[in-house]
Amino acid sequence: MASHAIEVKNLYKIFGPRGGDFVDQVKAGMTKGELNEKHGHVLGLQDINISMPAGGVMVVMGLSGSGKSTLIRHINRLIDPTAGEVLYDGVDVCKMNENDLREFRRHKTAMVFQKFALLPHRTVIENTIYGLEIQGVPDAECRKRAQGWIERVGLKGFENHYPNQLSGGMQQRVGLARALTNDADILLMDEAYSALDPLIRVDMQTVLLDLQKELKKTVVFITHDLDEALRLGDKIAILRDGKVIQQGTGQDIVLKPADEYITAFVKEVNRGRVINVETIMRPLSGNPEGVPVVVGTVLESAARMMTLANQNIAHVVDANGKAVGSIDLGTIISAMVTPISHEKVAQAAE
Amino acid sequence: MAICSYLPDLLCKFPAIDDTTIRMARKSVDEGFKGLVRSYVNAIDALVQPLQWFLNYLERLFVSSPWIVILAAMVAIVYYGSRNMRITLGTIVSMFAIGLVGLWNDTMITLAMVTVCTLIAILVGIPIGIVMARSERAQSIINPILDVMQTMPSFVYLIPVVMIFGIGKVPGLIAVVIYAVPPMIRLTNLGIRLVDKEVLEAADAFGSSPWQRLKNVQMPLALPTIMAGINQTIMMSLAMVVVASMVGVGGLGRNVLQAINNQFFTVGFFNGFALVAIAIIFDRTSQAYGKRLQKHSEVIHG
Repeated sequence: MASHAIEVKNLYKIFGPRGGDFVDQVKAGMTKGELNEKHGHVLGLQDINISMPAGGVMVVMGLSGSGKSTLIRHINRLIDPTAGEVLYDGVDVCKMNENDLREFRRHKTAMVFQKFALLPHRTVIENTIYGLEIQGVPDAECRKRAQGWIERVGLKGFENHYPNQLSGGMQQRVGLARALTNDADILLMDEAYSALDPLIRVDMQTVLLDLQKELKKTVVFITHDLDEALRLGDKIAILRDGKVIQQGTGQDIVLKPADEYITAFVKEVNRGRVINVETIMRPLSGNPEGVPVVVGTVLESAARMMTLANQNIAHVVDANGKAVGSIDLGTIISAMVTPISHEKVAQAAE
Repeated sequence: MAICSYLPDLLCKFPAIDDTTIRMARKSVDEGFKGLVRSYVNAIDALVQPLQWFLNYLERLFVSSPWIVILAAMVAIVYYGSRNMRITLGTIVSMFAIGLVGLWNDTMITLAMVTVCTLIAILVGIPIGIVMARSERAQSIINPILDVMQTMPSFVYLIPVVMIFGIGKVPGLIAVVIYAVPPMIRLTNLGIRLVDKEVLEAADAFGSSPWQRLKNVQMPLALPTIMAGINQTIMMSLAMVVVASMVGVGGLGRNVLQAINNQFFTVGFFNGFALVAIAIIFDRTSQAYGKRLQKHSEVIHG
């Protein structure tokens, strides 16, 4: 099944009874504070333009109140936008009628929630089949398909337990199995792992990455954790006060933070796990020396390979094994430790 | 009052509408209502006829079946509802006590009445509760009506009920239902409104239709609250059958009424305790059943 990209265009959300009346004023430059003070309306999202890659993981990151959960709810229209478009496969989700929307939700999207939102009166397997059941798929078929996903997320043997009998991590596995059983193109994950313990969270991230390797769904993942964002995201958008302040790959954000706010965020990041070798390599001069390192390897792995081989120099090869650049341990270390503020980047660019 | 000499008459003595006007208004309302009832008497009778049949059928069934059959059925229901030996034993003991003091038949009549009333209250109450939970407007209209139904002295609405339906079991039944249905409606409404918003959002996100949402999520999760409503309805029906005996409902209520009229202290208490016994049986059984429904929500891990 080919997934499609999701295009969010000029999306505005103003909470309040007369939100629509203030869109033009916000477009003309009214701030969130002014809108709240003068008209008692809350600006949820402001001029959001994001193109979410087909078959990739799009991470929307922001702190609480940044509007990230509001944004994800526009994709399956649990929240109606005040203005703007959400395009999937050329169709504007925001203009669908009730029936089309229901069909869209049933067949194209599946969602995983922060607080799991499982049905407490249903067992694990009954929760997992919920999406198929309301589509009218026969029970035996539902159970057969659900069983596979339950095993896949590691819940074999717990099919007949109730959610309350499971730990948080296991409940979220049920949430994931429920979403996957739906076999939808779009997987929406609203702070799906935020309520989990750090170790379980990393574990669940691995589950998602492994699944994504073969499923290639269009995943929209909401988080407030930059490490999680960098680990999962093919593309990351950072939201603040309802505005996108930067979007790009994890490397883009770590290397070229758009402002002080993001700089502060990325300061604590383990850069060695984000930056790829090709980003800091020098053009090849002379013959390739040292160990070969494939394009896309992060600095930490490259450094480990070089240390194990007891060499200070490595050469970067592309997917076909052709040497494209060289790199030495000193460059790697300085790239891993130098925190670049966005001002310095700006100065360097001048 | 001395102060009145300084005030104009209008501010001192409340300016009531004069007696003749009120009498005229009262008369025309009463006459109008009677006329209305008289002209639709056949339609009304036809409408409530099924109730009468059902009630008579159940009453005959309860009264004419051998006591041992009824007791066995009750014990079975109580046991399967509560899965509790103590409640089951209590039921046997209290039914024996009722039989021994010669109130078996009256108790059966009351049981039939309460059964029918509860069924009707559930059939009427749950849909109204659902409507109320779905719309703020409906809630704002229905709530004051329920307030009136619950606070209006039951004797007062017995008057129009008797005017419309006459004396007998059906008007008694209707009076009991009016009295007993508000908790059913309110708790259905409350139960649905208390359903976790996140779970509802999940149901929406997977594309549930409104009916699927109601059937799969709202009703099952509201069920414990709805069970509490049913429990309240049963208790209120039992309390009301005594008042309903004033319009011709038989059973334990009529005995209590006679005891009041004749100052039969012992008879009054026997019948009163019989009502209490039935009430406790119903209450414990339905509560234990409601608790079992919630078993899945018991937190087992830490």
